[in-house]
Amino acid sequence: MSTFTLQECHKNTIKEICASFHNEPGELINVLHKTQGAFGYLPEEVQREVAKYLNISVAKVYGVVTFYSFFTMTPKGRYPISVCMGTACYVRGAEKVVDALMRELEIKVGGVSTDGKFSLDCLRCVGACGLAPVMQIGDKVYGRVEASQLKDILAQYE
Amino acid sequence: MEKISLIIDNASVEVEKGATILQAAKQIGINIPTLCYMNLEHLNIENKPGGCRICVVEVEGRRNLAPACCTTCMSGMVVRTNTLRVLNARKTVLELILSDHPKDCLICPKSGRCDLQDLAVRFGIREVHSVENAEISTYRKDASPSLLRDMDKCVMCRRCESICNDVQSVGALSAINRGFHSVVAPAFEQDIIDSPCTFCGQCVAVCPTGALTEVDHTSKVILALGDPNKTVVVQTAPAVRAALGEEFGLEPGTLVTGKMAAALRHLGFDKVFDTDFAADLTIMEEGTELLDRIGRFLKGDKTAKLPILTSCCPAWVNFFETNYPDMLDVPSTARSPQQMFGSVAKTYLADKMGIKREEMVVVSVMPCLAKKYDCQRDEFKVKNNPDVDFSISTRELAALIKQANIDFASLPDEDFDHPLGESTGAAVIFGATGGVIEAAVRTAFELFTDKKLSRIDFHELRGLDGIRTASIDFNGTAIHIGIAHGLGNARKLLDGIRAGMYNFHAIEIMACPGGCIGGAGQPLHHGNSKVIEARFEAIYREDAAKPIRKSHENPYITKLYEEFLGKPMSEKAHHLLHTHYFEKNKI
Repeated sequence: MSTFTLQECHKNTIKEICASFHNEPGELINVLHKTQGAFGYLPEEVQREVAKYLNISVAKVYGVVTFYSFFTMTPKGRYPISVCMGTACYVRGAEKVVDALMRELEIKVGGVSTDGKFSLDCLRCVGACGLAPVMQIGDKVYGRVEASQLKDILAQYE
Repeated sequence: MEKISLIIDNASVEVEKGATILQAAKQIGINIPTLCYMNLEHLNIENKPGGCRICVVEVEGRRNLAPACCTTCMSGMVVRTNTLRVLNARKTVLELILSDHPKDCLICPKSGRCDLQDLAVRFGIREVHSVENAEISTYRKDASPSLLRDMDKCVMCRRCESICNDVQSVGALSAINRGFHSVVAPAFEQDIIDSPCTFCGQCVAVCPTGALTEVDHTSKVILALGDPNKTVVVQTAPAVRAALGEEFGLEPGTLVTGKMAAALRHLGFDKVFDTDFAADLTIMEEGTELLDRIGRFLKGDKTAKLPILTSCCPAWVNFFETNYPDMLDVPSTARSPQQMFGSVAKTYLADKMGIKREEMVVVSVMPCLAKKYDCQRDEFKVKNNPDVDFSISTRELAALIKQANIDFASLPDEDFDHPLGESTGAAVIFGATGGVIEAAVRTAFELFTDKKLSRIDFHELRGLDGIRTASIDFNGTAIHIGIAHGLGNARKLLDGIRAGMYNFHAIEIMACPGGCIGGAGQPLHHGNSKVIEARFEAIYREDAAKPIRKSHENPYITKLYEEFLGKPMSEKAHHLLHTHYFEKNKI
């Protein structure tokens, strides 16, 4: 279970996001998309608030959250790492990059490092196949990544 | 309505525009197999997610097979429902569904009544080819006081989701996850007891497989019956007698009151009583409460809360405790008839029989699954001894009768025992939507006006429409009445009351569509509205045949008040027959 506590300001954020979609139940996916953008993830309390404003059951919200792999109920690190596992990146060694990151950060794919600094995810094609294998940390894109460079790259993040 | 014609299996058929291939085929006697599809005609609810693909057919000119349940007929369409391609596709689809389904049919609670099993028989499946990654899931079992969830057996038809959300507006269940991991579950996969579930059990009534079933108490009842130190008494709800016969091949709507009493005696119950007696008692208490509130209201007392809502239905009680915590003082405080019976049995009756309450076991036979939850509420226990020990469904009673080698259909009629077996026609109609309020009107009118009713049948209160309203003339005072069945309809009424839209004096609400006759513990009706209608008529037939048809004229009720309770709403009656409600924060 998450330990997230909903503050008044969080509630306002959710309220505003829902209102921007006219509290329309059909906009659930868009609302969740924006909400996850604001909080980084979708803990229970946040889903309950969304359900309240859209006037749908929490079970429905949870159903959508668990159906789409984009949505997550675990918090991300301060610097979320995504490694592209699309075909081009894969054949050029993306798996080795992921293995090295798992060893370095001592986490699995989908996990967060104990200090909360990094989280690790895989994604499909970011559209930069010419730079394969590609890794993103936050919004920054790293191309032609090799496992041996990772230590230095990670050290740049405070 | 515009008509169009098409050809199905070389036969021409004319249908209304908008009809599906499934409906068109049915019209000419072609029975296309279905699984996820569900049509509850009497509720106007159709579940057709088109997800299972069991109903696929070939449509000329189309590349892919089409699901018949959700493909609309077009003029001139040529459909074939039994080509080799269609049969192979259906068989493959079924094998895929079976690939991750447990094969313990012999001991499954749904065995013999399972839609999936029926299809496997119909398609002649003799082996299931292994499918990669098709592991039988080991999803945890979730046992609540009323329902059991065994999601290993879920085939994702999503019928339960439709009934829980679209019909009942409870919103406890939703499909979650994806692929082999998808199941139907409450939010955050919490246990059903922690969800907003009301235990109405309608999900159980529509589940095609053994994924959702009732908690079975038959073995506990058999043990109690075999215990020489226990006096076991049984009470049977009004709706049971109008449906039990179906389990033994009798026509829907066959009244089996006498056979049921005989069978219960054969089973070894020491006393065979009737919940109908407690229904009469409910009318005395609820009716008096109604008159008290109306009387005070008419005198200008601002504290008199109107409308008064009935409280006989425990799923409805759970619903308002969860969804309308601001309105807990609106419903009547009267307990459900099941609980009134238990309370009277373990005090008044135990005294009369000269036994202690611990030596008495009270079993109730109910059309209902929420009553299983009702009887284990802490408020209804004395020193941890429950007023009602076990609540079993109509289906469970049928199972008990079959296990005891009783040839039900050939049993001679017998009567209930006294004193808790005597009842009136007013009590019988508790089993149908509108019945409780009609019974209340029959008594309240005479108590309010001090006059005899010129008629007993209030046809304006009867029917199967989801929400009904009527005004009854109480000798110059118009009493406005609302009736809702199905919790979705109840929500509409309640929201209206909250918004101050209505001026009702009294409202009857039943959680299950049709009232108790459509309860989740009844023989499965598979969406056939004719079954519900037949039970409905049977209930009013029993009422019309009763010599006494008003609760306050039941001589054993009068005696109970004289000997024991004093008068309706007395301190003793409050203590034994009324309850209080709790806010349940479960949203």
